Amino acid sequence: MTDQATAKEEEVIAKLDAFAELPDAPPKRGLKLTWVGKLGVAIVVFWLIIVVIGPSIAPHHEMDMDGDDSFLDAYSGEYGSFYLGTDYIGRDTFSRILFGARNTIGISLVATLLAYLVGITLGILAAVKGGWIDMGISRVNDAILALPTIMLGLIVIAAFGSSIIILILTAALIYATSVFRIARALGQDIMVQDFVEAAHARGEGVWWIIKSEVLPNAAMPLATDFGLRLVFVVLFISSLSFLGLGVQPPASDWGSMVRENLQGLTYGSYAAIWPALSIASFTIAINLIVDDISAKSGGSLAKKMV
Amino acid sequence: MMKQMVLQRIAIGFATLLVVSIIVFIMTSWLPGDVAAIILGQSATPETLAALRAQLGTDQPLVFQYFGWLGNLMTGDLGISKAGGATISSLISSRIGNTMMMAGLVAAISIPLSITIGLFAAMHPGTTIDRIVTFCTLSTISVPEFFIATVMVLILAVNLQWLPATTYLTGDETTWQLLKAVAMPLITLVIVVSAQMIRMTRAGILNVMNSPYIEMAILKGVPRKRIILRHAFFNAIGPIVNVIALNLAYLVSGVVIVETIFSYPGLAKLMIDAVQTRDLPLVQACAMIFCGTYVVLIILADVASILSNPRLRQPK
Repeated sequence: MTDQATAKEEEVIAKLDAFAELPDAPPKRGLKLTWVGKLGVAIVVFWLIIVVIGPSIAPHHEMDMDGDDSFLDAYSGEYGSFYLGTDYIGRDTFSRILFGARNTIGISLVATLLAYLVGITLGILAAVKGGWIDMGISRVNDAILALPTIMLGLIVIAAFGSSIIILILTAALIYATSVFRIARALGQDIMVQDFVEAAHARGEGVWWIIKSEVLPNAAMPLATDFGLRLVFVVLFISSLSFLGLGVQPPASDWGSMVRENLQGLTYGSYAAIWPALSIASFTIAINLIVDDISAKSGGSLAKKMV
Repeated sequence: MMKQMVLQRIAIGFATLLVVSIIVFIMTSWLPGDVAAIILGQSATPETLAALRAQLGTDQPLVFQYFGWLGNLMTGDLGISKAGGATISSLISSRIGNTMMMAGLVAAISIPLSITIGLFAAMHPGTTIDRIVTFCTLSTISVPEFFIATVMVLILAVNLQWLPATTYLTGDETTWQLLKAVAMPLITLVIVVSAQMIRMTRAGILNVMNSPYIEMAILKGVPRKRIILRHAFFNAIGPIVNVIALNLAYLVSGVVIVETIFSYPGLAKLMIDAVQTRDLPLVQACAMIFCGTYVVLIILADVASILSNPRLRQPK
């Protein structure tokens, strides 16, 4: 009798194993990146470390006009402690890039996190509650989405002036709209799945369903989207800084560094090129990671949403 | 069916424009403090304050101010610029032609260019050329517009010295001089706008390539080139037209950066200067023009995708 039972159990286990091999079996979690993706991760980690320790390893202060000459790299071969030369008023370009990482990446990270906090909360709320709450938030959201982001930024800055707080709030508000759209769509997709209905039938509360059923299933697409959204925010913030409307001088920021030193290009100075390359390396690296992840695991949804 | 959908889309578009005007108005009117007091500063007396408020209309409730502003906007009376006191309509009309010319040229070059490259890449998926195209376009869309512009200045103006780094338009150039003057911003914008269009054209064609009738064509031995040009392309036209309209809308933000970097005397440069001096009436007017254009292009994109869907042609 007991032998029969174990035999049956083994049979069931064997069947379960067979199910795991079926094409529609749930995808195995865990990520394996190609070397391109790993390169992306390495670059992003490098810049994140610079955000933290950059100011303390910089040979000069971002605001000190230590160099005797402007555009050192164009006019003399002697670099001394100015590894990348000096900018238009004799500040060390290398140190300003190290300091600038904190402003450019730091502000963008905070803004993106805030956008996510607001977007996901409202998006999942709209998906779970539905009805007039969903209608109300969605209409306002559509109206903001109907405007070009840079125009919204310009209008806000024309009205309120530019400060780091305003920059973060503006970017967070603008990009919360797209996060909201994605979180709502994902939430609605997940809400009609059988396992959510089962949880409803069990009598679980809304909060429990969000925490234990909706969020874990939405996590992966949202993570890839977070990367892309961060790229957009970096581009948005540095574009505003480039226009002279973002981070205000004398604080260093990669976007405004390009603007300040643009004239140097004509004298043969690369002071505008280095910060531009820094932005490019960071944003391209994130895109490489996101591409790699989406190619591997169920990224079609995340890609469609963008 | 189709007519209804198109009309409905246009109606939604008008509603969006109205909401956009409300957002622009509220954002720019919602200033901390009293505008009249700010303008008059130290010399303010209760009488002059009241007079200026009446003149500016700020003593009215916000709703009345909004409708007054909207009415003026409709009739083309855009008000007076705070800086210099010129009428906004004259400031805008002196610039808008330059921006329209630039946008037109960019569209005329980038649309055929990106469709050709996108088609070519889709015809040879997975080859070295396709990979190069994919890598270049991905890199272009992930860097800021001013990065492309800076690199262009470095190569074309500094190293090769073919083109001037900034644009001066006096109005009496020969065609050749004019072309040379607008070449830099033009090239930059074409690169920025084309990258996205190439990617989407390629993706659109490859998407159609997955459909059963393409498999049928492959199985019956139609050459690949013919499949793409005769079978896939015509079915991908809808999505492609959609992509073109969306990307022309994307020009709106590209133009802001590019006009600034090359000091091109267009509408976007006017707006940036207005934001810097916080000349709000001018900002409002420029923002409405840009946002209006953007919304109209998005509607066109939607209408194009409705029109290109043959399933909507016949009532069910």
